[in-house]
Amino acid sequence: MKSLKFLSVLFLSTLAFTSCSSDDDNPEAVNEEELITTVTAVYTSADGNDVVTLEYQDLDGDGAAEATVSVSGSFAQNTTYYGDVTFLNESESPVEDITEEILEEGDDHQLFYQVTGTLNAITYDEGLVNYDSNGFPIGLQSVFTTTDTASGTITIILRHQPSKDETGVADGDITNAAGSTDASVSFVVTVE
Amino acid sequence: MKYTLLVAFLFIVNITSGQNCSYTFSGEVHDFHNGTKIEGATIYIETLNKYAISDDKGKFVMQNLCAGTYTITVAHLSCETITFDLDIKNDIKKVINLEHHVEALSEIKIEGHTGIKKTKTAQETVLKSNTLEKYSSASLGDALKEVSGVSTVSTGNTIVKPVINGLHSNRVIILTNNVVLQDQEWGIEHAPNVDLNTAGSISVIKGAGALAYGGYAIGGVVVLNPPNYKKVDSLYGKTILSGQTNGRGGSISTSLTKTYKNGWYVNGQGTLKRYGDFKAPDYYLTNTGLDSKGVSVNTGFNSFEKGFSVYYSYLNNNIGILSASHIGNVEDLVNAINSQQPTVTNNFSYNINAPRQDVTHHLAKVSFYKRFKGIGKLNMQYDYQNNQRFEYDLRVGDDRNKAAIDLTLQTHRLSTNLKIDKFDNKTFVVGFDGEYQDNFANPNTGIRRLIPDYTKYSFGAFITSEWRLNDNLLIDGALRYDYVNIDAKKFYQTSRWEERGYNVDFNDIIIEDLGTQLLTNPKFIYNNISASAGISYRINDENSVLFNYSLSNRTPNPSELFSDGLHHSAARIELGDLRIKQEQSNRFSASYTYNSKALNVNFETFYNNINDFIYIEPTGVQQTIRGSFPVGEYKQTNAMLLGLDLSLDLKINDHIKFANKTSYTKGRDLSQNRDLIDIPALKTMNSITYTNTKWKNFNAELKSEWVFKQNEYPNNNFETYIPTTDSYVNVDISTPPPAYHIMHFSSDVTLKTSKNTSLNIGLSVSNIFNTSYREYLNRLRYFADDLGRNMMLQLKFNY
Repeated sequence: MKSLKFLSVLFLSTLAFTSCSSDDDNPEAVNEEELITTVTAVYTSADGNDVVTLEYQDLDGDGAAEATVSVSGSFAQNTTYYGDVTFLNESESPVEDITEEILEEGDDHQLFYQVTGTLNAITYDEGLVNYDSNGFPIGLQSVFTTTDTASGTITIILRHQPSKDETGVADGDITNAAGSTDASVSFVVTVE
Repeated sequence: MKYTLLVAFLFIVNITSGQNCSYTFSGEVHDFHNGTKIEGATIYIETLNKYAISDDKGKFVMQNLCAGTYTITVAHLSCETITFDLDIKNDIKKVINLEHHVEALSEIKIEGHTGIKKTKTAQETVLKSNTLEKYSSASLGDALKEVSGVSTVSTGNTIVKPVINGLHSNRVIILTNNVVLQDQEWGIEHAPNVDLNTAGSISVIKGAGALAYGGYAIGGVVVLNPPNYKKVDSLYGKTILSGQTNGRGGSISTSLTKTYKNGWYVNGQGTLKRYGDFKAPDYYLTNTGLDSKGVSVNTGFNSFEKGFSVYYSYLNNNIGILSASHIGNVEDLVNAINSQQPTVTNNFSYNINAPRQDVTHHLAKVSFYKRFKGIGKLNMQYDYQNNQRFEYDLRVGDDRNKAAIDLTLQTHRLSTNLKIDKFDNKTFVVGFDGEYQDNFANPNTGIRRLIPDYTKYSFGAFITSEWRLNDNLLIDGALRYDYVNIDAKKFYQTSRWEERGYNVDFNDIIIEDLGTQLLTNPKFIYNNISASAGISYRINDENSVLFNYSLSNRTPNPSELFSDGLHHSAARIELGDLRIKQEQSNRFSASYTYNSKALNVNFETFYNNINDFIYIEPTGVQQTIRGSFPVGEYKQTNAMLLGLDLSLDLKINDHIKFANKTSYTKGRDLSQNRDLIDIPALKTMNSITYTNTKWKNFNAELKSEWVFKQNEYPNNNFETYIPTTDSYVNVDISTPPPAYHIMHFSSDVTLKTSKNTSLNIGLSVSNIFNTSYREYLNRLRYFADDLGRNMMLQLKFNY
């Protein structure tokens, strides 16, 4: 009999627990702060007359929607182009410019430019803003010099915490760079 | 003052001498359980040296007693001796209840039945405190490897989870101090938050047969029993100090216990562990340090009839995760796999940087029991757990020091059971439990929640029974019902919602449309039935067999239902499925035990058929701005596991002992007719121990651990485009590492420092030959070798 009483007390307290659980507040949505949704590389010819824009946009991050990749046109032959890369988070409002953070933490970031096919190599621009406090490249600015007709892909890679002092890394060779990849986007381009 | 004392003394003496000495103390002696009269019990008053013995009706009489207070002792062969104080002022008649169930006797000594098996027909192994003390500085998973058939799945060497017969995480219940641990056990990189040093012994029960703890332990149950508190007036303590070369750190664990003859006890215990970077034979494993702090207090009162306990424990683990394992995309993974060297190897450091985990677990428990004459024992318990998990990742800018995962899981549980042991050869336990759980995922991380906010309540009812048919034959059976209700609030990216086809099946659960995200309210109700039955038969003194069948159902866990997004530590996009149902296991087991003075053999086999087995299957590659990632989707299939576990102890002579533990597990996906992933490889451990009690209790053991290559695995390799080299490569994530053989040595001596104190000095070396190896079930095997040689000195003071 006594044990039955115990059990009923127990049931009641279980009910008390569950009934106080009704919590109708909806959780707050999270907009990813560090998400890179958009990588834009603008290549402007030395004379400023020709501009080729490469853009990779994936607004839902690791969501299921496909990214959109666009190349505004082809590069001209025998021309030197100066490139400038920006990283944006367009899922936030207002849009967040992640390029600023990369510059602020220049020691921890480096961009690499990989080309395939018959394209000429892309090198770092030697302007002072393109280097971190230790004199190693960050690589947001680059130089692409075309000669004859060519085609291939340009891949722009942003590495976080690369080993900047390893062999070749400061020259833009990714082989020994290690670190982890924050962005890696490819564009099919032609030189006509 | 002295004078008053003297007067008082004389006065007392005067009273005693002037009293009546014609009183009678009589009564009956009964069995507590069923009230039968006990013949031949001795009733004894020591101060008077007076005896009486109960007759065939249990009756006894003691005559010519003077008035006063006496201590009466009642004893009977095979019963517990009881003592009580009796005031005699007139004739007294009393019924004295004696306890004659051996099993119940052991329960009273130790609230949690230390060292005694919890099941009768399940495959159960008990690890005693002297074994556990060896692992004082290690983790629960490491210690459980002492049991044949138990292996570990780990993320590095500090996040270690037990695998029982090929199953782990949510399929294994971990019970600490009779509390079912609720600490986000769903992920492989979520290690159980228990300090091994709080346990007096550990029982490992394979399979779901122990239904009192829950119906979902398809793999098994690990029970950490509190230490044994004796009913004596005593104050004792134990301190274990360990220092080791690998990790350049150590641990200190100390415990102090005060016990009283009347049944009260209080115990306090604390453990600190600190390690820096561990080392593989050829390099430091950068950022693998550990900082762990644990405290527990336990107090209560035990008597045969009633008792209670109040327990609280705190554990905080700050665990570094190998730097080289942080990868950005598949290309990084390919580089890691191909280089065979970790991409980051720095000099030794004690720093624990991101990626790291910081997990705090609080556990509070109040329990109470009372015995009712002619019925049995009623247990009641309330426990509360709070698990706060932070995971820090490599982040940039303002978020650099912000946790990437911030989850708080709180669990309240009320449980009660009544053990009916009034029958001589039958025992029943009826129990109920109710649980309420609340998970909160802090949105301040700035990263979409991996696990959503949810509340879960569940209710369980069970009955277990045991029939001892004769001295050699015992059968048991159990039945359990569980109700589980999950109510979650989860955000989905609209793109993912549609890709999963939820817009067709689940459109009614959307409660808010934020454009790119949808807030949904998934609610699930599960009704589960579990059952078990078994036979234990002792053929003769040396041979015995066990058979057991268990049916169990496991409700899908939050990660299986709700995962959606990039799982950094696995470099994989993981997708749960709201359509996942519970999985159901039918497990058959048989064991044979041979016990003689020189040889002990235990041979266990099992067949576990799991319908709707929940697993994650690679389904392709998804392109993101970071590059491409493999996608894993949670799916269900029909699977089976089959295995043999052998353990053998051979006493060659008084000094030398040989032991072998071998286990083999096979896992098959029956629907797709292929092997299951992450099944431990065939493993055999052989050891030779030399013991000489005359040399200060000297022990030395040489152990060989041989792990074969797992040749049975599914091929989940995939092709991916590597832009930097403009090529397609095959990403080999499936091929298990080669076989390895490592040797370990340990020795110890015990010095008697005084009558009641001793010092045990232990020296051990693991991986003696500094062999480089990788273990299939270590998640970091793609990135770095396992641990190299480690030398450890352990001092154990008992006082």
